Amino acid sequence: MKKYAYFPGCSLEKVAWSYNDSSIETAKILGVELQELADWNCCGATAYSHVDQLLAYTLVARNLAQAEKEGLDMVAPCSACYKNSYFANKYIKEDADLSEHINYALEEDDLQFNGSIDVHHIIDIYANEVGVEGIKAKVKKPLEGLKVAAYYGCQIVRPRKGAEDLEDPQFFEDIVKAMGAEAVDYPDRLRCCSASLIMTSRRAALDMVQKLLQSAVNSGADVIATACPLCQVNLECYQLQVNEEFGTKYKVPVMYFTQLLGLALGIPKKKLGIGSELVSAVPVFK
Amino acid sequence: MATKPTFSQEISNLLYATHGNPTKTCIQCGTCSGTCPVADFMDQTPRRLIGMINADLKEDVLDSNTYWFCASCFHCTARCPSGIDIAAVMYAVKRYSIWNKTYSEDLVGPTFSETFAKSIARSGRSFEPILAPTYMFSMGIKELLQEAHMGTQMMLKGRMPLLPPRIKRLDNFKKMIRRIIPLGGGK
Repeated sequence: MKKYAYFPGCSLEKVAWSYNDSSIETAKILGVELQELADWNCCGATAYSHVDQLLAYTLVARNLAQAEKEGLDMVAPCSACYKNSYFANKYIKEDADLSEHINYALEEDDLQFNGSIDVHHIIDIYANEVGVEGIKAKVKKPLEGLKVAAYYGCQIVRPRKGAEDLEDPQFFEDIVKAMGAEAVDYPDRLRCCSASLIMTSRRAALDMVQKLLQSAVNSGADVIATACPLCQVNLECYQLQVNEEFGTKYKVPVMYFTQLLGLALGIPKKKLGIGSELVSAVPVFK
Repeated sequence: MATKPTFSQEISNLLYATHGNPTKTCIQCGTCSGTCPVADFMDQTPRRLIGMINADLKEDVLDSNTYWFCASCFHCTARCPSGIDIAAVMYAVKRYSIWNKTYSEDLVGPTFSETFAKSIARSGRSFEPILAPTYMFSMGIKELLQEAHMGTQMMLKGRMPLLPPRIKRLDNFKKMIRRIIPLGGGK
């Protein structure tokens, strides 16, 4: 199996450390080699593009150049890191003028970027490189009877990258099924979690989170699976606020798909960061 | 005779390197507004905002809260039949309003984004606690208490950073930023 330059991103250092641990542990079992980028920097999130787009691409290019120097394609577990890295990579490859500007800046860190690598989200590696059969072959403790809402969110799917199905993707459900769990019909799986509006427009954000939680409850899900740290924080950590705001009593566990996958692969809970939730995930394992 | 670019041309010019079609190709179908999960909270729907840009209603566009309520979900972009990268249009208007300081003062978004960008320029990585003051002021007592409670819970689970992280080659990083924005960042 292939080796990748692993770009964890800022959230996985602290807020989403369980996503970091469970990504690393599951990758080991699935035979995907992750080598952390030596001196990675922030991808700029959405905020940098609000201020200056050229600078936003330059920040990302510094990470891309370091991966290229190692001769490795990049993999990111955070949807925003992935989307920013994917599109900066694409635009720099397509636009010689942009590439020249950015390489002029990269000289200051003795780097250059020639656009010779690809960028992936970790769920893309598991779905397409390892594949459903590859996962099934390593499952030791199938999650039988567990009902999972596979929540895609936004940026692993959008904007469009090629000819993929944007309205009805199935790769997340396929992974859930490979774990031996049931992928419930979750109609809002592609709807936004509110992202950074949770900080900047709280009222709108809580409304969006509430809709997603209600939709998951309606679908009969035991747990929501996510592939993005911001989705996880918004859906999980803000449930208390949603409950106070809307008079609801949600207690929906929200876990990284790598944590559920890790359980199916027989990895001990502690190694997957299970227990770091604010909404207990214990009902998931009853 | 010298001509000045119109507002709609200025905004389309700001779509640098995003490869979407210019706003002039909008057919006003409303797919974006029907798709947008935040439309209920915007004072103008995305469709109307694009119509206003195309009509060069610069002041009305900049007065609107619409673009600061965009969550970057790209659902409108994915569905636009005219191939306009609508989320990128929202980013373009955000940048325009930050550069010209024309956003309305009751919005949290612009200060949040600027603070975020400056903090990255200083350390290379993001540090959530530095951002809190930019949105705390917009909250009531009840929300502040909820926020404090959640912060404490997260700290107990090891999910709150206590020290700002920084990259190793920070000096080079700052010099790199200065090559893009000569007067900004890096200090």
